[in-house]
Parts: sequence; structure tokens; C-alpha cells
Amino acid sequence: MRWTRDDGVVELVLDDAPANEIGLRSLAALERFVDEIGDARAVVVHSTVPAGFSAGADLRELYRESEARAPAERTAGVRAYLMRIHAVFRRLDDLPVPTVAALHGVVFGGGLELALCCDVRIADPTARFAFPELRLGLIPGFGGVPRLKRDVSNALVRDLLLTGRSINANKALQAGLVTQLAAEGRAIDAARAAAAQAAKFDPATMAAAKRFIKPSVDAELAREIELFLELFDRPVVQEALARFVSDSGPMPYLP
Amino acid sequence: MPNLEDTTRELLDLASTQFGASRDSLAPDQDMFATLGIDSMQALDLLTRLENHFGVELPDYELQGVSDFAGLAERIHARR
Repeated sequence: MRWTRDDGVVELVLDDAPANEIGLRSLAALERFVDEIGDARAVVVHSTVPAGFSAGADLRELYRESEARAPAERTAGVRAYLMRIHAVFRRLDDLPVPTVAALHGVVFGGGLELALCCDVRIADPTARFAFPELRLGLIPGFGGVPRLKRDVSNALVRDLLLTGRSINANKALQAGLVTQLAAEGRAIDAARAAAAQAAKFDPATMAAAKRFIKPSVDAELAREIELFLELFDRPVVQEALARFVSDSGPMPYLP
Repeated sequence: MPNLEDTTRELLDLASTQFGASRDSLAPDQDMFATLGIDSMQALDLLTRLENHFGVELPDYELQGVSDFAGLAERIHARR
């Protein structure tokens, strides 16, 4: 993960092959990124990895870390990790400047949760979205459900969560999960154009408008952490993680 | 309305183009994953391209256990 700055627009580039899995290293990088945004006028988030924007949490790392600890210590470790990721995602969500995500390929789980922090989401036709966490005996843990519910219908939230299925960019556009489509490989161009446009507006007006327009989901985020931990603290989760890390089938995100 | 044979033929044409396989080497009863060497990321990409091409939604769980082109064509046909 790296970031560049050009004429007031900061670009966060996800470039961790194979699929920008979010683990402890990328969390630390995200924290540094948010610290360094400074006086940027707009932010663009995109991936240069062919597989897509992000496949979500690094489940292999989560499994390794979990296996190495006793159950009580394991839950405490996950709580500390969730608090950090929630803090940095909340800072992204609440930035006073516009944030634009350019999406392609896999946008799953924690990757979708990162995208949901952004104000504007633009997808190309290869983008595919899913919250497959229930396969692990879990719900999304990085703020996904409250932020998804903020932007799309509860019916779609249930369809996605309760079946674990993935949807394409056209469906995401119909649902309001993304608001613009670009040609294949061109979502980044559309995102840069949107960010450059938004960056022209008066910063104080932009900050006030964002605070007014974007609903706070803080109360639900706090409840999500507690529910996630309650669910995590069960043998079925470790068993599901073990199955996932050893699965080499074409749909390892479904049980 | 296209019949199942039409859907199967279109599917094989698409798979041939998408994965650079000779069209003559593909048959309905072949194992797609073995024939085309598809991994999990390519399977998602193929799913998206199938949905876009045929104008249907294909829930992932309906495709679990489907291994040959004929089975996939049947699932697509059921949504057309």
C-alpha cells in the first residue's frame, strides 16, 4: 500500500498482490496514511492488483494468530485488532474531504467495508461485491453492515449477507452500492475526474456538507464489534477458518 | 427465447474467447475447471462475464458443484 499526492488530491494505492488482503501490515499502513492526509482536498482509493480492489481480511493471518493463542487471549487480541481497524475506518469515513473509490474485480468482505467508507464509489464491469462472512460463522467486522445499511436497502443487505452471494457492478449500480460505472479498466480515470471536480469546492463548505449529508452509524458500529466478538468466541469459527485456509476450490468463500 | 442448446453453444463460444481455448476442443460434458485451468479469482471473473453476456444474475451458491459446461449452461438457461 502506498500513497501519492498531486495538486491537492491524495491517492491511496492498494498494491499488495495477490488480492490486497487486509491484515496487520496493511492496517498499520492505513493508520499512517490517515495520519499523513494533511491538507488534501480530495482522496482517491484504488487498486493496481489485477484480481481487484480487495478480497477482504487476511484470513490466513487471522487463523495463524488465533491458533497461536489460548481462547481468552484470542478474543482479547481480536478485540484490540477490531478497535484499531474501526478507528482507522471511522477516520476515513469522517474525513472532511471527499473520498472516491475506484473499484474493479473482487470487492469482498473487508475490501467492501473499506470501499463503503468512501463517499463516492465508481466501478468497472469486472467488479464483484460480496459479504461472505457468514460462511465463517461471523458477521462482517470492519463496519460493513452499518455502512451498507446506510446506502442500500435492507432487503439487499439481507440477500447479500444471508446467502453470501456476490453481485456484479450493474446490480450494485441498481442498488446504489456504487453510483457510477466506467468502462473496464477506466474506473480510476472516472474517480480522478470526480475527485478533481470535488476538490474545486470550498473546503469549509465541503466539510460542512459531508457532516450534514453522511449519516453517523457510530452506535451500530459499537454494537457490531460486540456481536462479532460474541460470535467469534466459538469453536465453529476456528473450524470454518481452518476449512477456508485449506480450501483450493473455485469458491472458497462459500461453505 | 433461446433454448438450452443455444445457451450451451454461446457458453462454449464465450469460454473459448475468454480463456483462449480452441473452440473445437471444448465440449458440454467437459470439466470446466480442469479444461480451462480456472482458479477462484478467474471463476469470479468468469461469473461476472457470464452475467454480463447473458444478462442474468447467477447466484454463486447455484453454481456450487457445477463442474461441466452442460451443468453451467442449464443454470444460465434457468435464469434467462
